[in-house]
Amino acid sequence: MWDQMKVVAFGVITLLAAIAASWARDLAYQVHALIVMMVSAGMFIWSVRQIDEPKPPQPTGYMDGVIRYGVIATAFWGLAGFLVGTFIAFQLAFPALNFEVLQGIGNFGRLRPLHTSAVIFAFGGNALICTSFYVVQRTSAARLWGGNLAWFVFWGYNLFIVLAATGYLLGATQSKEYAEPEWYVDIWLTIVWVAYLVVFLGTIVKRKEPHIYVANWFYLAFIITVAMLHIVNNLAVPVSIFGSKSVQLFAGVQDAMTQWWYGHNAVGFFLTAGFLGMMYYFIPKQAERPVYSYKLSIIHFWALIFLYIWAGPHHLHYTALPDWASTLGMVFSIILWMPSWGGMINGLMTLSGAWDKIRTDPIIRMMVISLGFYGMSTFEGPMMSIRAVNSLSHYTDWTIGHVHSGALGWNGMITFAALYFLTPRLWNRAGLYSLRLVNWHFWLATIGIVLYAASMWVTGIMEGLMWREVDAQGFLVNSFADTVDAKFPMYVVRGLGGVLYLSGAIIMVYNLWMTAFGKAQPAATTDNAAIPAE
Amino acid sequence: METYSFLREMADSWALLLLVIFFVGTWFWAFRPGSRDLHDDAADVVFRHEDTPASEKDDDDNNTPGSEGRS
Repeated sequence: MWDQMKVVAFGVITLLAAIAASWARDLAYQVHALIVMMVSAGMFIWSVRQIDEPKPPQPTGYMDGVIRYGVIATAFWGLAGFLVGTFIAFQLAFPALNFEVLQGIGNFGRLRPLHTSAVIFAFGGNALICTSFYVVQRTSAARLWGGNLAWFVFWGYNLFIVLAATGYLLGATQSKEYAEPEWYVDIWLTIVWVAYLVVFLGTIVKRKEPHIYVANWFYLAFIITVAMLHIVNNLAVPVSIFGSKSVQLFAGVQDAMTQWWYGHNAVGFFLTAGFLGMMYYFIPKQAERPVYSYKLSIIHFWALIFLYIWAGPHHLHYTALPDWASTLGMVFSIILWMPSWGGMINGLMTLSGAWDKIRTDPIIRMMVISLGFYGMSTFEGPMMSIRAVNSLSHYTDWTIGHVHSGALGWNGMITFAALYFLTPRLWNRAGLYSLRLVNWHFWLATIGIVLYAASMWVTGIMEGLMWREVDAQGFLVNSFADTVDAKFPMYVVRGLGGVLYLSGAIIMVYNLWMTAFGKAQPAATTDNAAIPAE
Repeated sequence: METYSFLREMADSWALLLLVIFFVGTWFWAFRPGSRDLHDDAADVVFRHEDTPASEKDDDDNNTPGSEGRS
């Protein structure tokens, strides 16, 4: 009966999508309706072919198929996101790269949200979904709850990414940073996200371990909070049910505050809490010793959850936002420094007694440097949230550098380490194809980040100082174009940093591919590039 | 505006107090006497059940684990 209902549902969706495509009021909506129509038609054919097929017995053991797909999707979207990022970095340095024929599709303004969403939501999101499925099963000693619902989460989330990405290129955006997708894409993500929550919670409920391991607390906080943020920040009324344009319910400073309440907590709960879940599982596993202090991890969790949610107003210093609100945001941002460093210390000290692994195990080295960048950016962030510092740093490239030292350093490196950890285990290999290539990746990525962050510090502070420079009569000394001109060398260095980071990721994908699908299966010890120098 | 004033007053007083008590409570909860064994056991969760879920008959053994390490 369920099979027949699926066939009917896919048929109806295909038909409705076809109608929507023909009545579409704008191009982005039309393309999206066609994508939905094709996906649904494909699912229709597939589910018709499944009818009356004998049902395989209920599988036992861990559900790893969806995690394998997640690993591949993470690597793919990572490459795509880094590539677009490097390209738009060079667009800023060399405006001629905004090609005339691609005007309105391939220029910086359209590609920039494509880059941010590809790295945060496609690369980071797929990494979070697949690692959370891996971790929750292992630490609950239970198979994923909900059967094929996990597959729905994976494919549904990736469909969301495709709709978001094509929408940006074709101009469907509600102009909210990191929340650009329009109303129907938002609704779809809400459905997928609720399914994700249900799968995750269901697995925890049927766990065989008495305790809910701390990594799962962080993942759960990430899932629930992102659901709340997403819904509140996307309260909008569509202009037409056949068009992509919508109008926000909030206006003015309320809208700005809601947006940055969302925006900063996307950093706090998507890019921090979720990835801390990864940290609390993969670092103990790779170091082969339990987390340094479980008590500290509990306090880390509650402190982070309690403090982060208030930090958003620091994005709106010197605006229409009341002073008390921006002071509140600033104070909480500074307090937040403590739990952040508590977590970093907890991760680093997990290696205590095994420090030699930093020398011998490039994956551990990647985890350690990711914690280093986490510590650095969670010190830099509170500092930049201070109103006086913010008056210099706001609207400059210092902010961009800060974001990238967190994203490339912390999120990128811990994700790479998790992918290196997962691939041999998921494809039943003795070890990685090559540890030497991991080492190459490590150094390319690290030097890339250093070039990126250093050039953005220089150009950001220079720009901030140039904007505020006045002569003896009180006139501004520099025009805006003067600062753009002065930034050129730093923009080129930043682009080169991106090239290095991208090359490292290409090496990683080759290495992972050879590990999973290559013929040779060397054991981890035979190709150890870093044998300790006795 | 009545709703606003009411919520604002609640946020400034009782809600603030409850949140602070809850937060400080988590510290006491983490450091409560007798929690060390529990936490040591919980920290070892990652080294159990690497390859297969706990089978049904394992249910009673769950409180004496930790020795098998990673497989």
